[in-house]
Amino acid sequence: MVTKLKAVDAVLVGFGWTGAILGQQLCDAGLNVLALERGPWRDTPTDFATGFAQDELRYMWRHHLFQNLADDTLTIRNNIRQEALPMRRMGSFLLGTGVGSGGVHWNGQIWRFLPSDFLTRSHNERRYGKKAVQDLTVQDWGVTYEELEPYYDQFDQLCGTSGKAGNLNGRIQPGGNPFEGARSKEYPNPPMKQTYGPTLFGEAAAKLGYHPFPHPTGNLSQPYVNPLGAQLGACTYCGFCEKFGCGNYSKASPQTTILPYLLLKPNFTLKTECEVLRVELSADRTRATGVTFVNSAGEEFFQPAEMVILSAYVLQNVRLLLLSGIGKPYDPTTGEGVVGKNYAYQTMSSVNVFFDDKIINPFIGAGALATVIDEFNGDNFDHSGKGFIGGAYIAGMVTGGRPIEMIYTPQGTPAWGMEWKHAAAKNYLRSFNLSIHGSSMSQRGNYLDLDPTYRDIHGRPMLRMTFDFPENDIGMSNFLTDRAAEVARAMNPREIKLNRRVGSWSVTPYQTTHNTGGAIMGTNPRESVINKYLQSWDVPNVFSMGAGAFPQNAGYNPTGTVAALAYQAAHAIISQYIKKPGPLVQE
Amino acid sequence: MVKVNLSRRRLLVVGATVATASGALAAIHDGELGAPPQTVRGTVPWEEGAADAPREVAGIDFKFFTNEELVFIEAAIERLIPSDPVGPGALESGVAIFLDRQLLGPYGRGDHFFLGGPWPKGTPQQGYQSRFSPAQLYRAAIAAIDKHVAAKLGAPGFAKLDANAQDGLLKALAKNDLPLEGGVDGKTFFDMLLQNTKEGYFSDPIYGGNKGMGAWKMIGFPGAHYDYLEWVERHGEPVPYPPVGFKGRPGWREA
Repeated sequence: MVTKLKAVDAVLVGFGWTGAILGQQLCDAGLNVLALERGPWRDTPTDFATGFAQDELRYMWRHHLFQNLADDTLTIRNNIRQEALPMRRMGSFLLGTGVGSGGVHWNGQIWRFLPSDFLTRSHNERRYGKKAVQDLTVQDWGVTYEELEPYYDQFDQLCGTSGKAGNLNGRIQPGGNPFEGARSKEYPNPPMKQTYGPTLFGEAAAKLGYHPFPHPTGNLSQPYVNPLGAQLGACTYCGFCEKFGCGNYSKASPQTTILPYLLLKPNFTLKTECEVLRVELSADRTRATGVTFVNSAGEEFFQPAEMVILSAYVLQNVRLLLLSGIGKPYDPTTGEGVVGKNYAYQTMSSVNVFFDDKIINPFIGAGALATVIDEFNGDNFDHSGKGFIGGAYIAGMVTGGRPIEMIYTPQGTPAWGMEWKHAAAKNYLRSFNLSIHGSSMSQRGNYLDLDPTYRDIHGRPMLRMTFDFPENDIGMSNFLTDRAAEVARAMNPREIKLNRRVGSWSVTPYQTTHNTGGAIMGTNPRESVINKYLQSWDVPNVFSMGAGAFPQNAGYNPTGTVAALAYQAAHAIISQYIKKPGPLVQE
Repeated sequence: MVKVNLSRRRLLVVGATVATASGALAAIHDGELGAPPQTVRGTVPWEEGAADAPREVAGIDFKFFTNEELVFIEAAIERLIPSDPVGPGALESGVAIFLDRQLLGPYGRGDHFFLGGPWPKGTPQQGYQSRFSPAQLYRAAIAAIDKHVAAKLGAPGFAKLDANAQDGLLKALAKNDLPLEGGVDGKTFFDMLLQNTKEGYFSDPIYGGNKGMGAWKMIGFPGAHYDYLEWVERHGEPVPYPPVGFKGRPGWREA
């Protein structure tokens, strides 16, 4: 039996970063908002207190904060000729669940995409000709950096982002990233102090003529009170950030920046352990009437709502659109349809650097503790004759020295036995990693749809992911890895090890939890699922948040752009939509 | 207010009371086993005594492994991480008891794995594709390997081979060159055993391995310190702190 509940103005499906942002914005505008989160409640003193937060086994390897695949997973394959099989164990990406979700166990790397990143097709066609992008399905976003700038800034103010501006209102600033789009304000907090590894990287990069700068970070360099009155403390560089919750209130998360404010609002309600099964539509399928959800006790409810905001992770938002019949599913054989189109990822590679004479102390780390160069990201360099578009940032990065995951051994060292042990003992304190964080361009065969065979605990089809690295991105990654190796050698190490991006995408080794696309934004309903305000073209009272909106992924971490798009959507809903519900963009 | 004790991680959803009154909260939650639904309005939930602290592995008696399995495991982990003056081996670090408790618990049962069918073989890129939970895989693989050794190598089991022959067999497993009976994929088992062995060797001692924090001492990892602020800009200096675990370290307690 399905119990019908009292209607709300807006229902949020999922309560991580975008759910918390939309909840705060819409409640402040006076709307009655309900958030449905399929995972548990989580707070700092209960779930990741300093006394036990630094537990590599429990959080990283036993997935204590992550989605339980026994209830729900997806199927995976490299191309349409293969049979997709379930991801039985997470590896390549680590999906969140629970209040705060991935916003609890992210690294806090807060980036803005480059102005040209929002014009991937038109900019590259103009500069390099149509041939440069003919094998790719990349698109323009339908929004510009200049339009998003105030919303990027809003997220920086919320998080207390620590960094150094490189471009203030068009004036290049020493010490910052000279390639970034113009900022209206300096970062709210100064950059973190740099440990030895990132410092050596910065010195070597400067020697080669590059412009190193401190990674912008949501790990706070000093105590901060944000505009909502939430207080954050200074990061203590404990080295347990990504995959872990912060016990020190030093990492920006929904818990540390929004929830203390939002949860006290009388017009906000949160229900945990409640999973939305589908969005319900009116008979003519032009309007959502609400959502059906089931709680962990097995009780089913219909929640009527004036607005449905999909604020779960990319993969869940796309799946809910497909399960609810919102928008035309994408067909890779014809290129027709839009839902599931342009799934992309991140193209990662790395260089390990080994010293005899330098003690790096890798355990002194933080999620976004790095010195970075951006000379080879996006279109910051001339791609003529290179055979690829896109790029990466190169970072001398020390996020921690967690020994099960992060012991680097030289080229040729076996994975076990006495030789491995000796290499671990010799190199642990004297090595670190350069991370090459590459863009991911969309191509016709990479997409998301519903699996024909496998079902979740509720009997719904699983999402099916079909993905492999485009040739464009392998070319990009090799070029970038060579540039990183040059910086590594300029540090005069004993030796280096190149970990290139080789072979097909595998689900096993950890890469990043930066899945993008499938519910992409754009300028018209033939090419995109949602408009620039993240509003469904087909069902205008449905909005889809998150990196699903990215038509392809840039060479930066996605959260800053995810948040900026969410703030822009919230602004459009408050200033236009609630006064006159209907399409915010006329095609 | 629902009072919860520290054994709440064992609580199953079906038996739980649902607290839905405004402001009331049942902070029974668990990343591993699910929790009852709750409604939060007008308050930030917090509950006394509900911290989700980890549990220590108690005892030295083996509960998962049979005697025959234990003999195999002890021999195998000592080849994966052997002992010498540079640092401890996996065996003396307590990795066998670590594995025993892991396989006895949620991990062994396949917690956070999806094990539903159908079960075609899959490509290497598709990762773990066994129907077995980790506990089932260990049991099936150990039996299959010992059977192979008895049939092909003329010894009663893996543990009775000399070190060179043991290393050779482990290398064959790692390369998937060893066909095994009982539906066991040798490489899948080897990868899991190696990963779990390193987990036991380097994880906090409360889980049974890393005895005396010997593995941390060997590499120079100071453990669960949470504040390195004063060391951030002391580039290249050795940090002199002895390792510390969740239970502190021996120097913190009176002898």
